[in-house]
Amino acid sequence: MDWIGIVTVVLFVLLAVAGIAVIRTRNLFAAVMLAGIYSLVSAGLFVVMDAVDVAFTEAAVGAGISTVLLLGTLAIVGYKEAKPDHQPILPFFVVIVTGGILVYGTSDIPPFGEALNPAHQHEMVARYYLDKSYDDAHIPNVVTTVLGSYRGYDTMGETAVVFAAMVGVLLLLVKGPLPKRVHHHGRWIEVPPGTTRDEMVARLRAEADAEGGAPDREEDGDG
Amino acid sequence: MDDRVILKVGAKILIPFILLFALYVQFHGDYGPGGGFQAGVIFAAGIVLYALVFGLDRALRVMPFKVAYVCGALGVSIYLGVGFVAMAMGGEFLNYNALNADPAKGQHYGIIGIELGVLVTVFGVMLALFYAFAGRRRIDP
Amino acid sequence: MTAFGLFNYWAVIVLMMVGFYTLIARDNLVKKLIGLNIFQTAVIMMYVSFGRISGGTAPILFSHGDEGDHAAEGDHAADAADHAVEAVSAAGESLSSAGQAAYAATQEAVHAAGFEAYSNPVPHVLMLTAIVVGVATLALGLSLVIRINEAYGTIEEDEINRMDLES
Repeated sequence: MDWIGIVTVVLFVLLAVAGIAVIRTRNLFAAVMLAGIYSLVSAGLFVVMDAVDVAFTEAAVGAGISTVLLLGTLAIVGYKEAKPDHQPILPFFVVIVTGGILVYGTSDIPPFGEALNPAHQHEMVARYYLDKSYDDAHIPNVVTTVLGSYRGYDTMGETAVVFAAMVGVLLLLVKGPLPKRVHHHGRWIEVPPGTTRDEMVARLRAEADAEGGAPDREEDGDG
Repeated sequence: MDDRVILKVGAKILIPFILLFALYVQFHGDYGPGGGFQAGVIFAAGIVLYALVFGLDRALRVMPFKVAYVCGALGVSIYLGVGFVAMAMGGEFLNYNALNADPAKGQHYGIIGIELGVLVTVFGVMLALFYAFAGRRRIDP
Repeated sequence: MTAFGLFNYWAVIVLMMVGFYTLIARDNLVKKLIGLNIFQTAVIMMYVSFGRISGGTAPILFSHGDEGDHAAEGDHAADAADHAVEAVSAAGESLSSAGQAAYAATQEAVHAAGFEAYSNPVPHVLMLTAIVVGVATLALGLSLVIRINEAYGTIEEDEINRMDLES
């Protein structure tokens, strides 16, 4: 076994340890941190498997932004996971059966890393991109050329999906009704149920005007 | 007295380099790993770091919420715009060959254009998501 | 490297099942989303494994390097074939000097197939978009979790079910 094989095995073992630790821990903060570690280690694995662009994205998105969003959620919903009141026998059985079927399915997959695998041999896909992309666009990074030009429609749809997800989140969290209590100028204030953010801001402005003079600004930073 | 001096000074030193690195990733994406997605996320991460260290309301003054979600929409428009410019210049939608007399140059321009659109969208969306989650339980007038 | 065989796929399946178990066995909604994330990363690994070629390298055409458009256009057209041959032989030398007999055979097969020793870029492109869409769906799921928590006061699925049945 060469060094690439050894590194691959070590990274897979680390990933499995992180994954099983996520299952076992009942502290959600620890689970989120382990998920971030899992993403970072998998980025290393992508580098070993030659997918440098994927590794870069996974390190930036999976280990960075995902972790920040999960922590932002935990700050609102709390860190504790309840103790399960039943033994998960059925899920374990389902997982074992599914895994067994998938392992059986790999017996038809061509061996890992063979250059003559069908995935690499289609004349109009991988071989075309590698042979012709420099002549077509004069860009050495084939992934950029395929992403931007040959598969430009995919990327357009994907950009639109990301935008749509943002619209969904803003509708749920910014335009929707506020939680029961919100933090405002260093104190917690009660919100009548069903009030939206815009209504509450208008009411607070009116109150501040009635009192005369803006309340003191207090600097506090929480993520 | 400020009780987080090291954190604040460290962040002030780091943030310009994070933003510069994002631009490097964007414009070097043609020659090495990188591109609009990664650059957008790194650029947003710079602002997120600022918000984590200096507080959300100061970050909102540097980069208002509106800028974030308008960027999210603007990037998609830039992407579509490149496609329509290609149509206007005689090609099909998103066929960059039409953008220049030399097809290879046209491809290069087209890819730079759509990477810019992806950068702007991803930056805006990631920042808007962070603002939405961090500002859920607070009202900053 | 063929001794490796299917190990990679099996390891990926183990990770996939770890994520799947977290997804179906845990009642906590945030934990479920973390499990979904693990599952998704495992699927991405599966695709990237399909694109890997043993002894290959990242699909960035190093024979062209940073010179980009600066060199004369005609030069490139004429030299492209030479560059490609040089690149392959250079890769072959450096790796066989590292004592990889098995690699040489693969390299010959690559040559016979008229293929440079770059890994397949297509799965990389598809997975690049999948990761960014993944974080977008994660954010949408988390915002739903926040709203559920505000409406029910809990993020445990069994408690939410109980409340729904009682009301």
